[in-house]
Amino acid sequence: MLTRGVAMMWLSVIVLIPVAAVVLRSLDGGLSAFWDAISAPEAQSAIKLTFISSLIVVAINIVMGTMIAWVLVRDEFPGKRYVNAIIDLPFALPTIVAGLTLLALYGADSPIGVHIAYTKAAVVLALLFVTLPFVVRAVQPVLLELDRDMEEAAASLGASNVRIFRSIVLPNLTPAILAGAALAFARAIGEFGSLVLLTGNIPFKTQVASVYIFGRIESNNTTAAAAVSVLLLVLSVAMLFAFQLFSYWRTRHDRG
Amino acid sequence: MNTSEFGTQTRSRKIGARLGIAGVALAATLGVAACGGSSGNTIALVAYSTPQTAYEKGIEPAFKATPDGKDASFSNSFGSSGDQSRAVESGQPADVVAFSLEPDVTRLVDAGKVPANWNQDQYKGIVTDSVVVLMVRPGNPKNIKSFNDLTRSDVDVIDPNPATSGGARWNIMAIYGSQINAGKTPAQALDFVKQVIGNTSVQDNSARDSLTTFQGGKGDVLVGYENEAIAAKANGVNLDYVIPDSTIKIENPIAATTSASDAAKKFVTYTRSDAAQQIYADNGYRPVVPSVFAKNKAKFPIPSGLFTIDQFGGWSKVSDQFFGDPNGSVIKIESELGNPTSS
Amino acid sequence: MTEASRLSRYSLRFVALFYLAALLMIPVAIIFYRTFQHGLSEPIDALTSPEGMHAFWLTMLCVGIAVPLNTVFGVTTALVLVRQKFIGRGFFNSLIDLPFAISPVVIGLSLILIYGPNEAVGGWFMDNGIQIIFSVPGMVLATVFVSLPFVVREVMPVLQEIGTEQEQAAETLGASPWQTFWRITLPSIRWGVTYGVVLATARALGEFGAVSVVSGKITGQTETLPLFVQSEFQNFKVEGAYAAALVLAILALVVLFGMSRIQRRSDVSVAGQVPAAATMAEDVPLDPDKKENN
Repeated sequence: MLTRGVAMMWLSVIVLIPVAAVVLRSLDGGLSAFWDAISAPEAQSAIKLTFISSLIVVAINIVMGTMIAWVLVRDEFPGKRYVNAIIDLPFALPTIVAGLTLLALYGADSPIGVHIAYTKAAVVLALLFVTLPFVVRAVQPVLLELDRDMEEAAASLGASNVRIFRSIVLPNLTPAILAGAALAFARAIGEFGSLVLLTGNIPFKTQVASVYIFGRIESNNTTAAAAVSVLLLVLSVAMLFAFQLFSYWRTRHDRG
Repeated sequence: MNTSEFGTQTRSRKIGARLGIAGVALAATLGVAACGGSSGNTIALVAYSTPQTAYEKGIEPAFKATPDGKDASFSNSFGSSGDQSRAVESGQPADVVAFSLEPDVTRLVDAGKVPANWNQDQYKGIVTDSVVVLMVRPGNPKNIKSFNDLTRSDVDVIDPNPATSGGARWNIMAIYGSQINAGKTPAQALDFVKQVIGNTSVQDNSARDSLTTFQGGKGDVLVGYENEAIAAKANGVNLDYVIPDSTIKIENPIAATTSASDAAKKFVTYTRSDAAQQIYADNGYRPVVPSVFAKNKAKFPIPSGLFTIDQFGGWSKVSDQFFGDPNGSVIKIESELGNPTSS
Repeated sequence: MTEASRLSRYSLRFVALFYLAALLMIPVAIIFYRTFQHGLSEPIDALTSPEGMHAFWLTMLCVGIAVPLNTVFGVTTALVLVRQKFIGRGFFNSLIDLPFAISPVVIGLSLILIYGPNEAVGGWFMDNGIQIIFSVPGMVLATVFVSLPFVVREVMPVLQEIGTEQEQAAETLGASPWQTFWRITLPSIRWGVTYGVVLATARALGEFGAVSVVSGKITGQTETLPLFVQSEFQNFKVEGAYAAALVLAILALVVLFGMSRIQRRSDVSVAGQVPAAATMAEDVPLDPDKKENN
């Protein structure tokens, strides 16, 4: 089919070719150099911190994102329109601005007395800021299209709100939640700019993978940078694939 | 739920929206084309970020007022020294390059973009100097005088990460050199560097970021360049700075590329003129022309124990020995400090 | 409504708003404050300077090309991935999220590796008079890359949710694929497309890292608003930096409000067209409980 060909070609040209270039670059020094690069203790530590923080962020986003989407679609309160509007802002702001404002709020001079800058928690905080829109915006369209008949029928039959949510609404939202979660995860993995100012960038303690990669580039070791990027990519793809599988399994399970 | 009329309305709205966007894009392209415009006499300057104001507001207009420069126009690019150097290596057009340390020019010599004799003039290719200083809170409450104070347990150090900031390597070599010149062996001096890095609570990506961190209230001392301290103070940042007696002389190179026009080469020559050097001095940089330096010496005290990178074999040796990835001694220190299994 | 459900409604609202306030609203308020902290003149000077104006137009250009392109291809790709089965579908599906998982500096460098003046592909373009990297086309390319996933990922769950009955019914009635798409599919995914466009626009507006690497950072020529923010900040012009950030935020809001407006107008026209829908329903007995049949 023509559409399929066009779509796949678009994806290939825009995404696949640059990614392939990175993979090729990572193999410049052969497999042993690749292995050395990804097994370096600092690299491993950075990747572990990145991964764990991203997973925590995804878990929080799944809960809070769905909740916020729910409130924005199903609830009514004054100013709702404006709250809805600013959800995307963390995203539209250049990362340095995000970093600066978070630092102002949670750094040493914090006006509200919260000093979590320069800790591992700061990584999670910065990532939460930049991934906020994803689950919200993924769930909102589905919620808006959702047919309320079944919920109303269940309510009239005496089912509790929690039961209705769990058995009727949630299964329909699951693919959307997981799609948003996948986006949030991928963004958290790659995030760079807003993090450094807030986290302190101490190797082995608060240095994330993207900054470690940047350090390799600055040290003229582009091959190592590419190698660690490839490792990060592979791990992300595996994770995203897991999200997809879970989504597929849940959908079949609930609708079967 | 869906109707044919509704679908048409949506479709025409969507087409309208897309046409609107396309219209904006077209207007923007025309606007951009009108702005851009480079003529044959454009000098492309690719430089590191701190002297942006000095070049754009000072040196370039001054050059254009001279007979050599009256037909010249400039296209300027500023960014972190390493990034800019790599960009030119990857093909970014450049006539004049000005970086914060020599290895960023050497990279271009190796790539054939800068002639090998770029530093054979009387100034060895250097256009401005500075020194590594210690920036402290107003009034210096912790009484910090030299690099020896950086290992004190009551002192919180802010220093950019030498792996991610090429310019931060000057700071490390200043610390190292101060210990060597105090009589320590190389191993002891490296151990001292290790202690300082261990005492560093934030390792930002760049000098500017580390200033932001310091401004945000974190840390007692910020290791950095004198010209940045001067610029920060001039822009209202609340800090003082101390010039340690034993510190390194920072040397910033400039070079005309192999594809440089005559006008570009004349510009490089102009940067060593008295007028240009005075402009650098006004922006906090130490002039390399002795007569201009003499005129400004009140602003630039000379530390009694000033040393240069030549003492350690020049950057060609130091880059690999100390900062080569992964075996450079300082890079290894970073690994050792965090890795619970070693040291 | 019962007491319990009212309580749960209020507590949900409270938790959600508290989270948003702490994470989002206060930082945004800080940006406003910092922009105008010392008066109006510095922000306005920064934004109306030649560099500021040029940065604005360049941002509009990159976004104005990247977002429509990604919308068209996004909807197409979503349809292909959801409605068709073919070998390699899972692989292509995973490709879509990749632009994100790669850190922006690496994205920029990989684009240089291919389209740079010294490389094979880039060299060919240079020989034919088109400079991609260190010029505007490269910046557009980077913007397209980083905003690619959004429309696809927003539309796919909605497509899965609505199912294919209406489309199949339309085809039974003799509608062509195009008609089915324009009149049945597109309206039902409209909110997915809307939020996809909003997200893609926001992403394209705020992109810094990748665009910075491929732009050459030429003052007044290849600086988008985010790069301009960086440059202002570097030169201690803090209010100028925040002002430019504010412009970006406003642009994102304009797109959001604009897209929502379009959708709400469509909602209004639906209300007026109900009789037509009823007529259609009379001819073909569509099952109103379509969810249960899924």
